[in-house]
Amino acid sequence: MSETTNRADPVLKVRDLRLHYFTSKGAVKALDGLSFDLLPGEALGLVGESGCGKTTTGVALLNMPSPPGRIVGGSIVIDGTEIVGMPEGELRRAVRWSKISMVFQGAMNCLTPVYTIRKLMTETWKEHSVDGKFDKSALEERMLKYTRRVGLPDHVLGRYPHELSGGMKQRVVIAMALFLEPKLIIMDEPTTALDVIVQAQILNLIKELKRDLGLSYIFITHDLATEAEVADRIMVMYAGKMAELGMSEHIFSAAGGGDAASADDGSHASHGSRGPSHPYTQKLLASTPLLRKKVSELAFIPGATPDLIEPPPGCRFAPRCNFAKEKCRHDEPPVFEIEPRHQVACWKAMEDPEYERS
Amino acid sequence: MSAPSAVVQNGQSSAAFGDPDFVLEVESLRKEYRVHRGKTIIRAVDGISFKLGKGEILGLVGESGCGKTTTGKLIMKLVEPTSGRIVVDGVDRTSLAKEDEIAYRRRVQMIFQDPYASMNPHFKVRDVLEEPLLIHGIGADNAERKAMISEVMSKVKMTPVEEYLDRHPHMLSGGQRQRVATARTLVLRPEIIVADEPVSMIDLSTRAEILQLMKSIQKEMNLSFLYITHDISTARYFTDRIAVMYLGRIVEIGVQDDIIDDPKHPYTKALIQAVCEPVSGRVGLMRELAIKGEIPSAADIPGGCRFHPRCPYATKECSDLPEPDLIDVGKGHSHACRRWKEI
Repeated sequence: MSETTNRADPVLKVRDLRLHYFTSKGAVKALDGLSFDLLPGEALGLVGESGCGKTTTGVALLNMPSPPGRIVGGSIVIDGTEIVGMPEGELRRAVRWSKISMVFQGAMNCLTPVYTIRKLMTETWKEHSVDGKFDKSALEERMLKYTRRVGLPDHVLGRYPHELSGGMKQRVVIAMALFLEPKLIIMDEPTTALDVIVQAQILNLIKELKRDLGLSYIFITHDLATEAEVADRIMVMYAGKMAELGMSEHIFSAAGGGDAASADDGSHASHGSRGPSHPYTQKLLASTPLLRKKVSELAFIPGATPDLIEPPPGCRFAPRCNFAKEKCRHDEPPVFEIEPRHQVACWKAMEDPEYERS
Repeated sequence: MSAPSAVVQNGQSSAAFGDPDFVLEVESLRKEYRVHRGKTIIRAVDGISFKLGKGEILGLVGESGCGKTTTGKLIMKLVEPTSGRIVVDGVDRTSLAKEDEIAYRRRVQMIFQDPYASMNPHFKVRDVLEEPLLIHGIGADNAERKAMISEVMSKVKMTPVEEYLDRHPHMLSGGQRQRVATARTLVLRPEIIVADEPVSMIDLSTRAEILQLMKSIQKEMNLSFLYITHDISTARYFTDRIAVMYLGRIVEIGVQDDIIDDPKHPYTKALIQAVCEPVSGRVGLMRELAIKGEIPSAADIPGGCRFHPRCPYATKECSDLPEPDLIDVGKGHSHACRRWKEI
């Protein structure tokens, strides 16, 4: 997959994106210089703890920060169009849902209860379709196409949200995100509130859509295990910054709850790969309980995420990091490519001579 | 610790009560809710029996709507059972007078799922921990209560104690709140703790820390735990035994490793199969899912084996014959699938 898409132009290009929330206590630097690309047909997983900026990244990509948030710098180019600084009307008409759409966290429980699914979809169309005009039968046809595409029976269109199960509602929300045929979908914790079996069904659906429609998506979750199922590449975020970005097979090559050092079965996909390289990624992996492998001790990360009004100088993870040295507490590590398609922001991972000496 | 082995049977009278190895014995417990003016009966818990050993952690695992939370509430006496028995330390506690209820809750305490909603926001940590002592009339004076509070605070590793006592819940992280919630139960020195999804709202990086803490306290105080969760991975890590629930009944119960490494019931198998793990190479691969659809409504429980409409192995006998009882396969492992040898 990656060989054929490597040469293609990215469907999304993010450069030095900054989004701050202006509160009475000061500006919360929720996103502080984020850069990455997404290729057509690629799935990027965004992971991190609450407050790391995953959801903020999602809404920033639609240029739809919730107040008091504001994009204060950087660039977002979707399918060749710069959307930072674009007027709201144009964003609605020409970008949101037609180029990029989002499955919001908990959206399945926020469907207007007095509208049928048909009416909900019609509203989506009215709000975002490029010319605002539509022919009723063409619209109905498209609604049926996407309801069927997500594996729902036709009669669902006439139903109200409360008549549907959780899994069905999540399928409706995905159909609504697909409805205007965007190039890119952002999915924020789409399976978190679902039971494991339904979750597995929805993950299968998402993979099917990627395969059959060539969809690109960004999958946001705190759950590393889910990412391993759905993401080609993984971006680990910490305190508003990227900690690590690499291919799934790099990041998960040494996965093993409780002991990140043993690389037992992931090796087939990762000859010579450095594996998860940021201490934060390593710790997150080690604190994930594995079902099929018994561990007596799980790792955890002491302390809490930093205050983003006045983030600590140097590396933001340094106060919680076992490997932090003097340099980490003063100098912020740049994003560094430690091997092809694998970037890490850590002095230790990039084998910085000054870090090694101290 | 070695788990006490108990043959547990759904809906059938089993061994006599009063076994000193068990602090809690539940027999044929049912909870029905009547809705639509009594026309619809929701059978939330539909005849479950199990025993909880002294110093044991039993996991109650299942999807939403399987009755695990209702079971917890029944044991806490927050809702009244429709029928069945709850026996604590050999004494039948199924129906209690108001004043006995208070004494009962001193012995059986609960940790709730949402640490953001389970504490009065106006209370300081000190008040949160003192309230149960005042309700139960424990501690002769302020000084004695203060000493008790300090003791539990150090048990949950919130030290130096003074630093936290005057904080309000909003000044604590999720993990710290769940520690306070744990301390609040411990201050009464209970025998049984019902923990309903105690870590599902905690960030991954601290989840393991909280589980480890609860486990070490459990060992140290020889507490019995009922750990209610949808997350079978943490159950493997945290529990001694696991009971898998489906639509109001226990379909399989046994030592945690046996349940996960050698499940017998098709539902348990499907539940385990559906769990994702952080191992690469699954992108683009569709997962084989053994079962279809979603859990049916508890208002309309299928006849025969209640799992048969979703079961890939179901035959005519599964839908026609009455629901199977738990079948003992040794080592305290039992399950409710009559076709287990063939599948």
